[in-house]
Amino acid sequence: MTPALTNFTRHRLFWPLVVLALLLLANVIYRPSFVSVELREGHLYGSLIDIVRLSAPHMLVALGMTFVIATGGIDLSVGSVVAISGAIACLHISGQGDQNGIGGVLTAVALGLGLSLLLGLWNGFLVAGIGIQPIIATLILMVAGRGLAQLITQGQIITVNSSPYKLIGAGYSLTVPFSIVIALDVTGLAAALTRRSALGMIIESVGGNAEASRLAGVRSRRIILLVYVISAFCAGIAGFMESANVSGADGNSAGLWFELDAILAVVIGGTSLSGGRFSISGTVLGALIIQTLTTTVYAMNITPQTSLLFKAIVVIAVCLIQSPQFRAAVFKRRSRPVGPTTPHEPAQPPIVEASV
Amino acid sequence: MTTLVATVARYRPPTRFIPVLATLVLLLVMYGVGVAQYRAFSGPQVVFNVFIDNGFLLVVAVGMTFVILTGGIDLSVGSVVAMTAMVAASLLNAAWPPAVVMVVALSIGPLLGFTMGCIIHYFQIQPFIVTLAGMFFARGMVTLISRVSIPISDPFWTSMAQTRIRFGRDFISPTVVVSLLVVVVAGFVLAYTRLGRNVYAIGGNQQSALLMGLPVARTKIAVYTISGLCSAIGGVLLSFYTLSGLPLIGVGMELDAIAAVVIGGTLLTGGSGFVLGTMLGVLVLGVIQTLITFDGSLSSWWTKIVIGGLLFAFILLQRLVVARKR
Repeated sequence: MTPALTNFTRHRLFWPLVVLALLLLANVIYRPSFVSVELREGHLYGSLIDIVRLSAPHMLVALGMTFVIATGGIDLSVGSVVAISGAIACLHISGQGDQNGIGGVLTAVALGLGLSLLLGLWNGFLVAGIGIQPIIATLILMVAGRGLAQLITQGQIITVNSSPYKLIGAGYSLTVPFSIVIALDVTGLAAALTRRSALGMIIESVGGNAEASRLAGVRSRRIILLVYVISAFCAGIAGFMESANVSGADGNSAGLWFELDAILAVVIGGTSLSGGRFSISGTVLGALIIQTLTTTVYAMNITPQTSLLFKAIVVIAVCLIQSPQFRAAVFKRRSRPVGPTTPHEPAQPPIVEASV
Repeated sequence: MTTLVATVARYRPPTRFIPVLATLVLLLVMYGVGVAQYRAFSGPQVVFNVFIDNGFLLVVAVGMTFVILTGGIDLSVGSVVAMTAMVAASLLNAAWPPAVVMVVALSIGPLLGFTMGCIIHYFQIQPFIVTLAGMFFARGMVTLISRVSIPISDPFWTSMAQTRIRFGRDFISPTVVVSLLVVVVAGFVLAYTRLGRNVYAIGGNQQSALLMGLPVARTKIAVYTISGLCSAIGGVLLSFYTLSGLPLIGVGMELDAIAAVVIGGTLLTGGSGFVLGTMLGVLVLGVIQTLITFDGSLSSWWTKIVIGGLLFAFILLQRLVVARKR
């Protein structure tokens, strides 16, 4: 292989891209009209647009999760935060006389975001302040938060009829789904903040070794607190999208499995669960893969629950490909005839700088 | 007399028992509150019902204890429970003999656990992500088998569901006996066998365990297999309890199991904890549910909020205990 091609296949986004391409290809073979995108009533319509629109909340949650995982943590509570922020926003809007009033919707969004930030602070306090393991610290809010969301909605589904609020989840702006515009804006902002400043590197250094970073002058605890707040903030916005999309808040099922999908998206995108490095573009790609997989399964008339089976296979495949031990075991035989004395390739692909 | 008081006052339980003792105290306090509040609470049947309703969770949590003791985690348990029950129900529906069904149902869980253990150990992928995939896989299999619930009418299964072991006016079901048996066997294995000591050693420090020549690979794969087996037993018990295979049962059970293990005083970093503590943890969860049911005015979501609060309290306690040890 030429060096350029080798570099390309070694790039950490190579395999996720291949998976996405294969998924899309499978769809096209199954239903050639899959790729068609048309302009109807000033909106873009088509399966691809649907995938992009529906992946917006997952993308946001996964974005927040990326930073948490980059510090070596994990945030299991995002699904509950999604439910809580949607519930509080819908509760506020449903109490308004004029549900279409911009002011009411803005207050509702502010309330939801404020509460999300508070929940993020709580998670961050548990992890950075008290020093509880992330997986268990956020498990508390994952369990209790689901109860809180149901407490807010009183176990009912709060329905709202507010067109400004609906815009967040199901609306269009300049023919493009508005939700993806929000998601990409937040992603772009996050990318700029982390890769155009030292913040990204600091987050990675905390993930690599929090104690060493602290000794090097990085305020590790503050950074860890920050990533949980960011994660909850992103989950809060995703909560608005979820509830706006269906014009209602369901404390019981909104955001269910979100944490798992988000973690999968992050892992598929090549961010290591042990922390120390992250890839925002990988996460975006991962979220798209997850949503494409879900849509594919729907399109092929397989029950949604069975899509879990496919997710399992994809996850294990991606993880195995990324596992140094697996590569060594599988690719050993191939590399031997070429040069038996050369050591194995470095397991991790070279880190591409500022890949956003 | 004064010396006796002084001795009692000076007595401090070993640090490693403090979390378990705290759970025991909490359990007794909660039970006391229940007895004080509701007259019907004091009968032994209330306690028996907690065991009957949570027998399968108890077995699953025991398996989880093994995994958490090595510092790992198993998210697949709830789905494996559902898969086992579903497989049993569908095979019984196809008129397979109950004995064969039992063997098949009990072997799927350990097989999946074994596979996950191998992937975790040999390919060095985090237990979290591997068992997550296992969870998806098992749940997907459940819906692949059937999207609707399959009733079980096999005579052996119904007899297991309806048999009552009576103590005067009160009774327990055979499933309680099975789950308690699992607790005893697991407790014995952890406390008195080589495997048990290896589990604690790996949880304490995997690198040291490896350097000491302990069979790390075998033990790690074994704990996931044990967890799979416990989930399979839990699934069979659940199918006795519900007499059907339900596609959505056991969703979130892994969280209940983890919560029970943590409330039971097992350190999530591994290396410290007891099966007895896990049993107390399951009982705490069961008593909370019973209290909320007895109250009647509290809605079901309070269960989750209270469990979350308890998790927080116990993790805080663990931090304090560990901090004092250092």
